[in-house]
Formats: sequence, C-alpha cells, structure tokens
Amino acid sequence: MAVDEGLKIELGKQGVFVTTIEELYNWGRRNSVWPMQFGLACCAIEMIATTMARYDLARFGAEVFRPSPRQADLMIVSGTVTKKMAPQVVRLYNQMAEPKYVIAMGACAISGGPFKQGYNVLKGIDRYIPVDVHIPGCPPRPEALIQAFMTLQKKIDGQSLTGENRPRHLNAEAQGEFPVPVQGAHDLEPASNPGVWPVPVVIQ
Amino acid sequence: MKTVEEIKAAIEKAVPGAALEIIANPSPSGQHSLRIEPDCAVAVASFLRDDAELAFDFLSNVTGVDWPDKEIAEKVKVQRTVMKAVDGAEPGTEQAVEETVEETQKRIVPGFLEAVYHLYSVEKREGPLVLRMRTVNRTDQVELPSLTPLWRSAEFQEREIFDLFGIVFTGHPDLRRLLMWDEFTDHPMRRDYVEPDDFEYEPTAHDEVLKRKQAHRAAMSEPEKSGPTKSEPANAEAGA
Repeated sequence: MAVDEGLKIELGKQGVFVTTIEELYNWGRRNSVWPMQFGLACCAIEMIATTMARYDLARFGAEVFRPSPRQADLMIVSGTVTKKMAPQVVRLYNQMAEPKYVIAMGACAISGGPFKQGYNVLKGIDRYIPVDVHIPGCPPRPEALIQAFMTLQKKIDGQSLTGENRPRHLNAEAQGEFPVPVQGAHDLEPASNPGVWPVPVVIQ
Repeated sequence: MKTVEEIKAAIEKAVPGAALEIIANPSPSGQHSLRIEPDCAVAVASFLRDDAELAFDFLSNVTGVDWPDKEIAEKVKVQRTVMKAVDGAEPGTEQAVEETVEETQKRIVPGFLEAVYHLYSVEKREGPLVLRMRTVNRTDQVELPSLTPLWRSAEFQEREIFDLFGIVFTGHPDLRRLLMWDEFTDHPMRRDYVEPDDFEYEPTAHDEVLKRKQAHRAAMSEPEKSGPTKSEPANAEAGA
C-alpha cells in the first residue's frame, strides 16, 4: 500500500512522518548492501578502485567489504571464472545468508569473454547461480560498477514483502542453495544448472 | 660466451658415456640446443650446475613440446622384375626384365614429448643454454628425470608440464596437477586434445566456433527429431 507522494510531503511539512513497513525495510536493505571481499581477475582491480576515495562506493552504503560470506549481502563476481574456481564460487554463494545478490562484472564473468573458447574457462557464472546485474566491459570502468550498484538498489527498492514475486528470502519454499558443479574427468558436471540457466534459443 | 659445441665437449669429457646431440637452430638467433638422453640427464645437469667453468646456477624456464606422430611420404626407387615384351625377341613372348620403378612409400615417424630447459649462469653472465629431453613415445613411456632436485625453480614448471602435456617427471618431490583439477584426465596442450563440447550458446559465432556450434546443435536436435515434437520448425535453432 503506497502512500500518496503529495500527501506525504504535506504531512512532512506538518511534522508527521508517514511510511510503510515495506518502504522502510527496503530503504534499510538497499543502503547497507555489503559486498563480499573477493576478486578473481583484473576486474577486481577496477572494483578496488571503485571503493577507494576517487569513486567512493561508500556513498551507496557499500563501504564494508566483508571477508566472510556469512556477513555479505552481495557477491561481485569480478573477473574470469575458471572451471577450477567455479565450484568454489558457487559454494561461497551458497554460504551467503539471505537476502543475497550477485553482480557479474566484466566480459569474463558474464560470458567467458576473450577466453570463451578456452577449455578451462566457464562461459558465464550465470550458468550456475542467479545473477541480478550483468555489466559488460573489459574491464568495466568504476562508473559502470556504480551504475550496476544503483541498478541493484533500484531492484531491491522495487521488491515487495508479500505476493507472488516477493524476494527469495521471504518465500519459505524458495531455496537459496544451488548445486555445486563437480569437477569431472573432462569438464564440469553438469555443464550448467538448467534451473538457473536454460539454454537460450537463438532465433535468426 | 661459450658455444654449444664447447659445452658439449666439456660435458663429454666430464661425464663419460653421455649421449649428446646438438640440434641446430637455423634462425638468425642461432640459439642451438643440446639434446641429452634421459638416463644421463641428472649427471649432465649436475655437472653443468657445479662445474666452475660453466656454473649454470639459474634455471629460468622449463617448457614442454608435443611432437605428434608424423606421416612422411617419400619417393623411393625400387628394383622390380616385370614381365614385358622385349624388342628384338619374338613378338608375343614376354621376358622377365629388371626395372627401376619410382614408388611413393609412406612411413609413420612416431611422436614423442619433449621438455625444454633454459639455463643461465648469473655468475658467469652467460646463457641461455637450451637443454632438451625426449620421451620414448607419447602414450605409455612418458617418463623423464626431474631436474627439480638440482634447481628448485623447476618445481612448478615441471608440474605444469605434467599437467598440460603429461610428461611424468621421476624424482619430482611433489608431482601433482598445477592448473587443472586433480580429477581431470586429459592433457590440454597436446595436439590431439579434444576440448569439451560446450558450444550450446554462441550468439556471435563465426569460423571454427560456428562449425562447432552447428555440430553441437545438430547433435542436440537429433533425439528431438525422432521424438514426437516433429511439428517444431527445424530452422529455429539451426544457427546458420
């Protein structure tokens, strides 16, 4: 139930603060998204630059990079995900507490990038875990990461507490754990999680 | 700077029975290399390291090379006895005549794996000396002696060669895969390595990738064709 914007401003002038639980809850969540402190390749350097004084990701409430998945809300997959590393990335995601979000940063994390045809690189982390925001670029500039962060904040802001499309952590039936791929004799098994990533149909 | 010939002579003097071969490099750099037999490799290498004259105290680089089986076609002149009508003899009769015939013979030169070591001497400011070692074949006799006990810098590089080429270094203190995971069974840098077929989604495919994608799509749609979903348009995923 949304409060009329004009009425809210009018009441504010009279010293009355009106809000909804949903608005308050999402306001708190979107302004304290703590990313997990881990980087996979050169995109991580841009991510570090984003957090430092010049770009200052702290303005968006994400200044605390947590070195433990238990304390993190956001996983920034910054860099090439090799097939050797992919099970560990999925396992770290599983270890994060709900609510949790993923930004796939850079060409490698979203598709494999320049290493796409390599035998040892995963063609996008979205094959195994649900990705909220994809950023292209090789590497993306800090502005692009900030843009992705703001996009994620808008997404969090738009989530309702009840109803069919409520976020996963408010839905008792939705599962927040995703199968960790097994490193097989020739390749990762399975090659993708069909529940997360159905093979896209190319129409030409 | 000592030449490879001088070093070879010094080794042969110090290590009796060492089988050595100079492999010439025809390029302008002229960086000739020295092939050593695996069974005397450790003796030769420890001489190169400990000799006061040479003092190769620094192993800079180790790499692997895969030489697959090679088919060589050569023209050979063969003596043959052929039945033939001969001039001057009675017409209609044939005689056995020796004849030289040119024939194309094909033979297969068996492949092998090779480890290449680049040695430098920091003390003498010399180098590189390129050492090569070859395995017997590419399948079951792939052992080479490890030089890690002599130069610690070889440790990870020999592990990498073991991982990517499949050369087994005997005497290596910790021979495990370095880049790929332990359960992996292939050797990706070998010429006959078959990559995993994960070409299900290639939005901007071209050249080799386009071919592999089409092959993947064809293999994927085959079981579908035999099933009941025949009404589906076949060109939707053809990826032409």
